[in-house]
Amino acid sequence: MNFQPVYVVDGARTPFLKGRNAPGLFAASDLAVQAGRSLLIRQPFAASELDEVILGCASPSPDEVNIARVVSLRLGCGQRVPAWTVMRNCASGMQAIDSAIANIQNGRSQLVLAGGVDALSRAPLLYNEAMVRWFAQMMQARTLRQKIGMFARLRPAQALSPVIGILKGLTDPMTGLLMGQTAENLAWRFGISRQQMDEYSVHSHQRALAARAGRFDEIVPLVDAQGRVYAEDDGVRADSNLADLARLKPFFDRKYGRVTPGNSSQITDGAAWLLLASERAVERWRLEPLGLITDSQWAGLDPAEMGLGPVHAATPILQRHQLALQDIDLWEINEAFAAQVLACLAAWESGEYCRERLDLPAALGEVSPDRLNVDGGAIALGHPVGASGARIVLHLLRALRASGARRGIAAICIGGGQGGAMLVETIERERKGAAKP
Amino acid sequence: MNSYQHWQIETDGEGLAWATLDKAGESTNSLSSAVMDELARVLDDFDRSPPKALIFRSGKSAGFIAGADIQEFTQLDTPEKGIALVARGWQLFNRLAAVAYPTLALVRGHCLGGGLELALACRYLLAVDEPTTRMGLPEVLLGIVPGWGGMLRLPERIGPQAALDLMLTGKTIDAKKARRLGLADDCVPPRVMDRAAALLVCSGQPRRRLPLVQRLLNGPLRGVVASGATKQVARRARREHYPAPYAIIEIWARHRGNALVAPALIDGIVRSPTARNLVRVFFLQERLKSFGKLSGFRAERVHVVGAGVMGGDIAAWCALRGLTVTLQDRDMERIASALQRAYAAWGQRIRDARELRSVMDRLIPDPEGHGARLADVVIEAIFEDIDAKHALLRQLEAVIRPDAVLASNTSSLRIEDLRSALARPERLIGIHFFNPVAKMPLVEVVAAEGGDPEMLQRATAFVKQIDRLPLPVRSAPGFLVNAVLAPYMLEAMRAVDEGLSPETVDEAMLAFGMPMGPIELIDMVGLDVAMAAGKSLAGPAGEPPRCLQAHFDAGRLGRKAGRGFYDYAAGRPVKGSAGPVPAGLAARLVKPLLDRTQQLVGDGIVADADLADAGVIFGTGFAPFTGGPLHYAAGQRA
Repeated sequence: MNFQPVYVVDGARTPFLKGRNAPGLFAASDLAVQAGRSLLIRQPFAASELDEVILGCASPSPDEVNIARVVSLRLGCGQRVPAWTVMRNCASGMQAIDSAIANIQNGRSQLVLAGGVDALSRAPLLYNEAMVRWFAQMMQARTLRQKIGMFARLRPAQALSPVIGILKGLTDPMTGLLMGQTAENLAWRFGISRQQMDEYSVHSHQRALAARAGRFDEIVPLVDAQGRVYAEDDGVRADSNLADLARLKPFFDRKYGRVTPGNSSQITDGAAWLLLASERAVERWRLEPLGLITDSQWAGLDPAEMGLGPVHAATPILQRHQLALQDIDLWEINEAFAAQVLACLAAWESGEYCRERLDLPAALGEVSPDRLNVDGGAIALGHPVGASGARIVLHLLRALRASGARRGIAAICIGGGQGGAMLVETIERERKGAAKP
Repeated sequence: MNSYQHWQIETDGEGLAWATLDKAGESTNSLSSAVMDELARVLDDFDRSPPKALIFRSGKSAGFIAGADIQEFTQLDTPEKGIALVARGWQLFNRLAAVAYPTLALVRGHCLGGGLELALACRYLLAVDEPTTRMGLPEVLLGIVPGWGGMLRLPERIGPQAALDLMLTGKTIDAKKARRLGLADDCVPPRVMDRAAALLVCSGQPRRRLPLVQRLLNGPLRGVVASGATKQVARRARREHYPAPYAIIEIWARHRGNALVAPALIDGIVRSPTARNLVRVFFLQERLKSFGKLSGFRAERVHVVGAGVMGGDIAAWCALRGLTVTLQDRDMERIASALQRAYAAWGQRIRDARELRSVMDRLIPDPEGHGARLADVVIEAIFEDIDAKHALLRQLEAVIRPDAVLASNTSSLRIEDLRSALARPERLIGIHFFNPVAKMPLVEVVAAEGGDPEMLQRATAFVKQIDRLPLPVRSAPGFLVNAVLAPYMLEAMRAVDEGLSPETVDEAMLAFGMPMGPIELIDMVGLDVAMAAGKSLAGPAGEPPRCLQAHFDAGRLGRKAGRGFYDYAAGRPVKGSAGPVPAGLAARLVKPLLDRTQQLVGDGIVADADLADAGVIFGTGFAPFTGGPLHYAAGQRA
């Protein structure tokens, strides 16, 4: 397979803001616009030079269904720049990047703004089916008498029990399992303890906290209408500790499970963008790219074990490039659940799993914790579903550069039983700018 | 049918006549005597062979009709000419209102003054729902009255209170508001306007009747409305300065809107010094605007450095006017507070949430200053420190486009001193805004000796592009506006030193016609700024007035501190009684301003006396009805 590498010129994201049981201050398009405009003003070309804008979003609000177009116009890209929205659940942002790569590779585009966004705090409440039917009949009621009759048949309990959109989104439509229950499946299969999950989570917070000292340069502060500045991910807890985490109750398999809100990713609002370019565009605008995306892969697996998606997507990339796990300098595996990340590591260490599910002769080996999610992950930072796939690719490149390393893989699990992965490389200094991959 | 120079008359397949006004040789329609004479002939023709219906519309993309031809106002040198001008419009529009066939005005774009009076004389008014559609009777702003039927028909159409509000303030309304008030019979998007006009004019639909209360107010209860309106006007404008609004109330209440019944009143208005001076000010404004048309330059991106009050407000204003703006400051919190001010101000001004969002999307925080590279105009508005400005200008020059306008908003430093830091010193221009940016129309465009004329033209065009009035001035301390204010404020403080109360001093100048007294103005500017400016404008030798020094030492820095010469409650000064104003006080206080203005014209800081008058009026609010300081001084000498 011949994968023409594509340049990542630059990227930016908003801080990830925790949902607090009420609609957040920023609509999804507001988030994407504030991060996108700051990214665009630092480029040497005008926004109208973009060939297209691609935005991943798992739950666009009803008034911005093709949210990419709304954002593109609000960013001042102009009417002539086409824009489209992609949806692959938790990997929508990574899908946007992959779609940009495809269009750059086949020559349709030279310069693409791609990313992901979600404002989960604004996920809608929906009327349940009984109420929808009531409304439909109400519309047909002609006389006052009929209308009064309709009101007599209205049951407050049914009117006041909306369907919570976000819970629908976090439920697997084939198996009916909550996403957390699929993580419980993995914990059970690989024998991952509550203690291990909680320890992993504390680490995520600690790493995210340490990274605030200059390793989150990709964040563009948000400003609201009151002039308040939001500069940091607000889900990161300095006081995260095992004792407190141990007190939380299992949320998905109540009473008997191991997965709690504390060792799961947080529901947040946020946006992340990457600017992708062909070699021609890099030369034309004399860009200084962050690095290259040298391969990508999608995989499907059992929806009830969707958390192992990263294993299924990353393994073929390693095979194609004849790389061992330890040849990868840094890993970003999206932390949907601590159990799920730990299960990915366990799967690669398991000879049985590698043989049976990955068609490998033996276990693939270990991923060192020092190389995995070095600046924390979604457990601390949050998981604005559509944005996460773009965030991990962007941050991986930044982290590689910060540590002088070269090669990394970003991988993400996808509700519904899929995985996505991307292989990235930084560019050595002497090749930068003049640029031959 | 006759052919006309300004009107095109066509009759369509359904027998409807379309009268399109496309005034020859102009980009905007105005009702000059030639246009009005032709309209009379159009009506003559239709008297002979009446159409099924008649629709008026504009052939200009700029709008419907901007009003009467203001140039003609300047030629009314005898009472008879003034009366004749009023009579011509009054009678012609009465005739139009009385025709047997139905008529309709299809109003798209501005429809002001005589234009609206024409539309009001039609049976129907159909407004096209576009942002540029504005209707109003702004005659009062020129010191005259809507004498062509506006004072009769607007109150009949929308009730006397709403009508007086429009006529006495001169404000304009959009298409939706016009429909809400009943001024327009309907308000439609352009895509259906022709069809809608054709259907409406033949509909036979009766006019909406005014509600009973409004009919009473426009009939037996006129006196009550008139006395209320008079009280309101008195709060804003003194009769001796601005007779027109009082005349509007009187002509409506006592003469049913017919100005011809009171010829003496008309003459007192039309040929009053106030009207002549306000017309003069109108043409001065047109002259300032014309400076901005000398260059085809149009900016798309502006970079502003410094998110303080001035920088932040300049950035917000540019975003409001459609430009993409990057706002730089070292501190994100400062940028955010500038954004907050913009949200608050534009949130009040813009009703449509989507439009407000677009404006705010264009105002981009840029703490690292990336936006400078691609900007068409770069404005520095940081604190007044020469070293800091030098360092900044050097940094900017290294990254900005060679053809970008590089400007400083300095008010107290010399452009010559600032530009010495640059490799291409000739490119630096002063673009000096006044506070508050959204309310002060004037912007001084400052040229230093040997400055690049192309850059100067671009800067001037930019100021015009953002709907401010560019005044070209030469570099000198305080340029024009601050230089003439300084001795005026100084004299006011000397008067206070001599024992007059601030209230008395301020009252003297309010009675003169200033929008704000000089002492209150000092409080608004800030006593710290006044101290600093006093030093740089008067030289180190000049002792500051004792009252200024005392308040300054006591930390009474003006309105921003909540106390200065006055104490402030909720942003307003708490004033005592002014008492009797000594005779000649106003003349004494204004004299230094008049003298300094004259001197600056002599020094060539501003090109001529008219421009100096324009600058002082639009930059300080100097009583517009006087025609400006030099015009006023010449009148005093005569």
